[in-house]
Amino acid sequence: MAKKHKWQDLIKDPLNENNPITVQVLGICSALAITVKLMPAIVMALSVMVVVAFSNLIVSLIRNYIPNRIRIIVQLLVVATLVILVDQILKAFAYDVSKQLSVFVGLIITNCIVMGRLEAFALGNKPLDSFLDGIGNGAGYGLILIIVAFFRELFGSGTLFDYQIIPQSFYDLGYVNNAMMLLPAMALITLGIVIWVQRSLYPQLTEKE
Amino acid sequence: MDRNSNIYTILFAAVVVTVSAVLLALAVMILKPAQERNKRQEKMTDIMYTIGLDDEALTQKAIAEDKALNYKLIETYFNKYFNKQYALKADGSVDKSVKAFDINMKTEIKKPENEQRFPIFIGDVDGKKYYVIPLYGKGLWDDIWGYIALEEDANTVKGVKFGHKGETPGLGAEITKKWFEKQFVGEKIFDKDGSFKGITLLKGNKDPENKDKEDHEVDAISGATLTGNGVTDMIQERLQHYLPFFKKIRQQKN
Repeated sequence: MAKKHKWQDLIKDPLNENNPITVQVLGICSALAITVKLMPAIVMALSVMVVVAFSNLIVSLIRNYIPNRIRIIVQLLVVATLVILVDQILKAFAYDVSKQLSVFVGLIITNCIVMGRLEAFALGNKPLDSFLDGIGNGAGYGLILIIVAFFRELFGSGTLFDYQIIPQSFYDLGYVNNAMMLLPAMALITLGIVIWVQRSLYPQLTEKE
Repeated sequence: MDRNSNIYTILFAAVVVTVSAVLLALAVMILKPAQERNKRQEKMTDIMYTIGLDDEALTQKAIAEDKALNYKLIETYFNKYFNKQYALKADGSVDKSVKAFDINMKTEIKKPENEQRFPIFIGDVDGKKYYVIPLYGKGLWDDIWGYIALEEDANTVKGVKFGHKGETPGLGAEITKKWFEKQFVGEKIFDKDGSFKGITLLKGNKDPENKDKEDHEVDAISGATLTGNGVTDMIQERLQHYLPFFKKIRQQKN
């Protein structure tokens, strides 16, 4: 029953044609919350990638043994365990970033991408395929996060990775950082623009009427 | 075994839960020392920051000694520059049974005043004495905290360091920025007659450059009035507990 998946497709598809954020429109809330600066966005992207990939792998490994009635609970347990592990590791080895991410690492549990991939893919596919699918979807999520964070940090704070990018002479001429970019509302608008650009480039993504 | 039977379901659940619990318990146990160290290191660097020993200064010191700035070296510096720390009682006397550094402000401020211990760190850099006092209070959304360093006269502010849990980015969260913290330098917490004033964050105080260091006011952040009020209240509330101690210092001098 399991379809044969090409490995490069498993990675490539979620980056563009089947992107979890812009096409499947999942995981928006965290994408809005932690894209103020690039650095936390990248760490968040990596954390999500690790969690999706490994929960996909684990669930796929035990997929034939999970009793159907409690499968959602078992999936949640796997995800929650991984998320707590990631959170604890960040607190031990990347303390500054974990402070900036604060509750959002814990909220990976509620990220629809994770549960979505488990239900849609891991339950019906082989472990390795599922693992790659997780990497791909994590990367697709991360890509959008990084694009949004790039624009928000550049226009909101005038920096990238906390290094000043916009030169002082601009400020002397009257340029001001757009504080709106720091608020979640502008994250949504930035994300909207990303989706718009993507759909104009790839018209096949637009829903047919 | 029948995969849809109740017994199988219960057994399966029990096994997964146990495995996950053991894994997590192990991870927490193994990672705990590193996490505690991070917290202690942050506390030490924050306190040193208020008296001008910021990351840059510490790194340069480390380079001068040809060492890497790691946790151990930070601890060495901290113990060198802050060789005295007291846990004060409400009347200003020292409680020797408590180590000031180990006091958790978050839980401490919830205790009644006479049970609280007020930590103070006494710095000594190149013969100059500083008093560093931890702050803790409420901002707009969540807790805010920080440290305030006073010079030897226990009146002039040497420096401050603020932190917050969830203030609005770009608005309230700006209290942690250098430009904001710089405003406090040189402000006085007592007026000329010696009565306690604290430091008030005020908008439109006709002194945006903050040249007047005698007015007990600094310029607040536009759009962050409530966080600003939180900072004002926090400084006011925390510092007044140290008034008996400051009084003693003055008496000793005269």
